[in-house]
Amino acid sequence: MLAATIVGAAACGGDDAGRPADGEPTGPAGPTGALRVFAAASLTEAFAALADAFEDEHPDVTVTTNFAASSELATQILEGAPADVYASADETNMARLVDAGETAGEPIVFATNRLQIAVEPGNPLGIAALDDLADADVLFITAAPQVPIGRYAAAVLDAAGVDVTPRSLEGSVRGVVNKVVLGEADAGIVFETDVRAAGDSATGVDIPDELNVVARYPLAVTGSSTNANTARAFVDFVASVAGRAILAEFGFGAP
Amino acid sequence: MGETPVVAHRRGTHRGRPQRVGRERLPVGAVVLATIAVAFFAAPFLGLLWRVPWSDAWQVATSETVRRALWLSARTSLASTVASLVLGVPLAWALARVDFPGRSLVRALATLSMVLPPVVGGVALFFSFGRRGLFGQYLDQWFGITLPFTTTAVVMAQTFVAMPFLVLTVEAALRQLDRRFEDAARTLGASRWYVFRRVTLPSIRPALVAGAVLAWARALGEFGATITFAGNLPGTTQTMPLATYLALESNPDEALVISVVLIAVSFSVLVGLRERWLGGGTGPGAG
Repeated sequence: MLAATIVGAAACGGDDAGRPADGEPTGPAGPTGALRVFAAASLTEAFAALADAFEDEHPDVTVTTNFAASSELATQILEGAPADVYASADETNMARLVDAGETAGEPIVFATNRLQIAVEPGNPLGIAALDDLADADVLFITAAPQVPIGRYAAAVLDAAGVDVTPRSLEGSVRGVVNKVVLGEADAGIVFETDVRAAGDSATGVDIPDELNVVARYPLAVTGSSTNANTARAFVDFVASVAGRAILAEFGFGAP
Repeated sequence: MGETPVVAHRRGTHRGRPQRVGRERLPVGAVVLATIAVAFFAAPFLGLLWRVPWSDAWQVATSETVRRALWLSARTSLASTVASLVLGVPLAWALARVDFPGRSLVRALATLSMVLPPVVGGVALFFSFGRRGLFGQYLDQWFGITLPFTTTAVVMAQTFVAMPFLVLTVEAALRQLDRRFEDAARTLGASRWYVFRRVTLPSIRPALVAGAVLAWARALGEFGATITFAGNLPGTTQTMPLATYLALESNPDEALVISVVLIAVSFSVLVGLRERWLGGGTGPGAG
């Protein structure tokens, strides 16, 4: 039932987003050429799969992906890095592009994510709740406040009233996950999808719904795209039923 | 053999007289290429200065973030330079003078961190000195010492990438050194350490200073190994390059000002040292 609703919503969203915002004639030519996709670090696996699927559907298209912290990617695009599509893990960094007039049309929200506490496999320290992160024996790290996950994590800790001093403020969510996977940090707050992507190398501890945040992922064609038609086709594809299915495989929620 | 030029060179440095500057005329081609080189170095700095928001520059430059990062960078880069000198000079000495088996392997090993991407260096430090690392796990178990995310980790990361500059510079100088002065001192009964400290080291002082400056500069600019192995926490592990990088993501203007502060400090130190030690009026070893 839920799935049917999601699919319905997805189909509508996809339709809307497909329309070029400026009313620019799209012409008959199908998607072709090189497409440069800049996507949030947490989207690494999902967007790699989406890029593959899109290439399969459009053999004339070559997708190149660039994964980093959403904040870093936004800076790169604002400084003139060649990108056709930008997918952010938060609306704040997307707004930086929108405000600078660096997007073509309104961004669409294509996925959601939730937060989890990433701990070592099997959770040897028995971390069960956010309060446990304040324990002096727990080496807790998070991301810098400009990185989406850093801000989300701070909001969650704040909501739970937990006062904890992180030992490091990493540059991206993958920096946090990697240090937990390496065993150098005991715990970090990351996206559910990151814990899932880490497989057996990390365990996720749930954060109660009333304290958790829903991260909304916006996607847009950049204003400087040199291959806007293909970029729009890719955005449509991500928002399509097939695209949503791929995102769901990696644990992302529907918008 | 080719001893005469070596002696001439040796004498030159010994008297503290740098090579004559200013008399030679370069061929036009060399002048053009050298000018391009200068322009190539200058262009990025000009670009940076052009974009700096000068109106709020002072406010950012004196902000808490910058003051803490600058102070941390100053302390850690100096500590790395001292560590490089203490460990690197004896290593250079051994490499230059002792014909031990595997010497070229050791030399390659000591240079490896120069070619290694710093982030890889940081991961390698994790695997060796991290709390699950090859050696780090025993530091943790036996002494309760964990290095990652500490200021010590910053110094280790910086020393790892900076020391090769000192070792290579000092080794080259030791190889070129005319050893007759050392031999004479030995003949007169001086101990090895005494000769090294009172004859060898003063003779290679320009190379020693140049090597230390190179190592310091490399340590000051170190980014990749630091953010990987030491993490990023203001006041503890957030050095100037890390502060710049993170500011670039949210507030590029702030990042520009931090870069300019870092450049200004480095440039003053480099120019100052150059004047004092390597050129200018008072040459080395003048006393």
